[in-house]
Amino acid sequence: MAGARFSKLGPPLTIALLTIPLLAGVVGTVLPAFGYLPALGGNMFSFQPFQMLLAEPGLSRSVLSSLISGLGASSIALIIVMLFLAAASAKTLARLTAAISPLLSVPHAAAAFGLAFLIAPTGMIARIISPELTGWQSPPDVLIVNDAMGLALMAGLIAKELPFLLLIALAAMPQIPVRQSRQIGASLGYGRIMGFIVTVWPGLYRQMRLAVFAVIAFSTSVVDVALILGPQSPATLSVRLVSWMNDPDLSLRFVAAAGALMQFGVTLIAFIIWLGLETVGGKARQYLASNGIRFVHDRSLRTAGICAMLLPAFALFGGLATLAIWSVSGLWQFPDAWPKNLTLTGWSAAFERMIPPLVTTLTLGVVASLTAGTLAILCLMREDETLAKQSFVQRHSLAIIYLPLLVPQAAFLFGLQFMFVTFQIDGMFFSLLVVHLVFVTPYVFLSLSDPWRAMDKRFLSVSAALGKSPWQSFFKVRGPMLLKAILSAIALGFAVSAAQYLATVLVGAGRLTTITTEAVALSSGGNRRVIGIYAMMQMLLPLLAFAIASLIPAYVWRNRRGLSGS
Amino acid sequence: MATGLTLQNILIALNGHALVAVNTHVSHGDILTIMGPSGSGKSSLFAFLAGFLDPAFTASGRILVDGDDITEKPPYQRHLGLLFQDPLLFPHMNVAGNLLFALPPEIKGRAARDARVEEALLEAGLEGFGARDPDTLSGGQKARVALMRTLLSEPKALLLDEPFSKLDMNLRAQMRDIVFGTAKRLKLPVVLVTHDEADAEAAGGDIIRLDL
Repeated sequence: MAGARFSKLGPPLTIALLTIPLLAGVVGTVLPAFGYLPALGGNMFSFQPFQMLLAEPGLSRSVLSSLISGLGASSIALIIVMLFLAAASAKTLARLTAAISPLLSVPHAAAAFGLAFLIAPTGMIARIISPELTGWQSPPDVLIVNDAMGLALMAGLIAKELPFLLLIALAAMPQIPVRQSRQIGASLGYGRIMGFIVTVWPGLYRQMRLAVFAVIAFSTSVVDVALILGPQSPATLSVRLVSWMNDPDLSLRFVAAAGALMQFGVTLIAFIIWLGLETVGGKARQYLASNGIRFVHDRSLRTAGICAMLLPAFALFGGLATLAIWSVSGLWQFPDAWPKNLTLTGWSAAFERMIPPLVTTLTLGVVASLTAGTLAILCLMREDETLAKQSFVQRHSLAIIYLPLLVPQAAFLFGLQFMFVTFQIDGMFFSLLVVHLVFVTPYVFLSLSDPWRAMDKRFLSVSAALGKSPWQSFFKVRGPMLLKAILSAIALGFAVSAAQYLATVLVGAGRLTTITTEAVALSSGGNRRVIGIYAMMQMLLPLLAFAIASLIPAYVWRNRRGLSGS
Repeated sequence: MATGLTLQNILIALNGHALVAVNTHVSHGDILTIMGPSGSGKSSLFAFLAGFLDPAFTASGRILVDGDDITEKPPYQRHLGLLFQDPLLFPHMNVAGNLLFALPPEIKGRAARDARVEEALLEAGLEGFGARDPDTLSGGQKARVALMRTLLSEPKALLLDEPFSKLDMNLRAQMRDIVFGTAKRLKLPVVLVTHDEADAEAAGGDIIRLDL
């Protein structure tokens, strides 16, 4: 079977593509962290980089703010999702989910800018309530964005993780007898929230665990959001890594490597703390359940749960709208809530400069998402061919696909960049593509695997019985029937690629820039009009991808009732 | 050389437990009914014949079609027609598309292929239904299209997996007549897997009963 031979390549190719950069990155981090980097004169192993790192001022605060903001944002987002799911009726749930899910495609940096433009002292909220309520004629001198406690950073992370965790939970819900469990809880006299937590949540959380750990890994090591919203002196560990890395003083590269290793440790500690919190939470639930605490009067908590989900969503929408206004604003003085005039001059001025990064973003996104889509399909085809015939190792080897989601980006991207520089392949399109694939492939695979596995296999039996080879069956039956799922997985891949900040900055080496790296680079300049324009572009690109992904199947299958619903 | 479908010393086992043992022959135009409750292994036998047996099972014995050993062949080279309890019409093709998909590539030329499909629709009492979306058909119409699709692929034998169990009572008898009548007319050997006594009675052939 020619088809089988080709798909056989899928899993090893995918695993190699994901593990080789990861391993190279870890090696490239560990060696210079212990002083070995011949290119920069480090020929001996030593602890000097760590000594230099520990001597950096404010290091412990940087570590603490990474840990606290990351872990805090993740746990608050998870609790909000839990309360929301417990409180919302099926109808509310369906309606709000439809409203919230587009937020998933908004890149982190754009969301962070939106929030900053909303809550800053000169932001939209202050403008709307001033001077009528506050009496402010000029912006108050308080630090809201970039506050030392990292509250703005946490708010930004929460707002962005909520839609992600909510959609993960909703995807897992059908595998759990939610309605029956709730009815049993209710018939035993449990309040809505307590009934949910006791009967539904444990099974649901088990399904979401991977995503929760991915959120923790991301939040404790995020760079772009922390640059825009996070504390500044000292910044979070991840942000300081970037500045050491880009420092003209090359000896700081050793500090950066040691710091990257420390970043790995910070995320690991966050994982360990989370494992402890999981145990405590489970014990608390068992205690409540075995004592029959029913918590019947939970109306106010239910309202709070729904509001806690809505508020960040509103904030994001409000922030994005503010960005849109800024991008076309003329003169806009404080405390006016609306610019004096609207103009497209900003866009036309920015457009020419925007073309090269736009071209890079589009090419990179399209090539990366199509490659990841192909790899995911090959892996899934292979899975069908070999199901149950596989050894334990084979069956679990694909779990490696999720590894890049759990390793903090900052911890291995620096090492990878060292490697690329050593082999002089940094700043090349192909190198950047490989790094993007490391992050794009897991999401594409995750998104496609559920609908792929859920398809009624008997359609394929019928096709085979009609004499069609596996590849004919794929192109004529499975591919067309899963067109929508395949295209949305690819669109998600494009969105992930377009949103990559750290990977693009490091491996692009300034020669290849994308809309996202340009937008984040602008953040320190503070020109709101230009930031607004770049952030709008950042937001429009993934939206465009998702629109195409849903319009194509809707058009192609417009006369096919059996496919339009699914 | 025996013509028809020969099931030679077939033994299917799971974890060392024998589930099904069959050694029989189905001549052209005969219907062999495999009866048994769920879990008795009749679905495993069906999957083994069609070539989809889950590798968790072990199977021995040979499957011969008109003397040809197809045991080791992949499903798409077995030339066996399958019918399931659901019609499983491909939702992305129209009715004619489903039938054209089944028609062997040896029938060449757009006109000849269209004509063959039109003929099949006429035979099924569905004249002019070619351009319809399969999802807009009634249950009985879908079942007839599924049957025609199977027959157009020119199978050498038919394998039926509870093909009538999801149909309404009155429709069920009608579809039995159509399927069994057509198979007899085309002299196809048929293996019918069912738990419905009425199916076995209507089939009128040998019955193998599997127990748990």
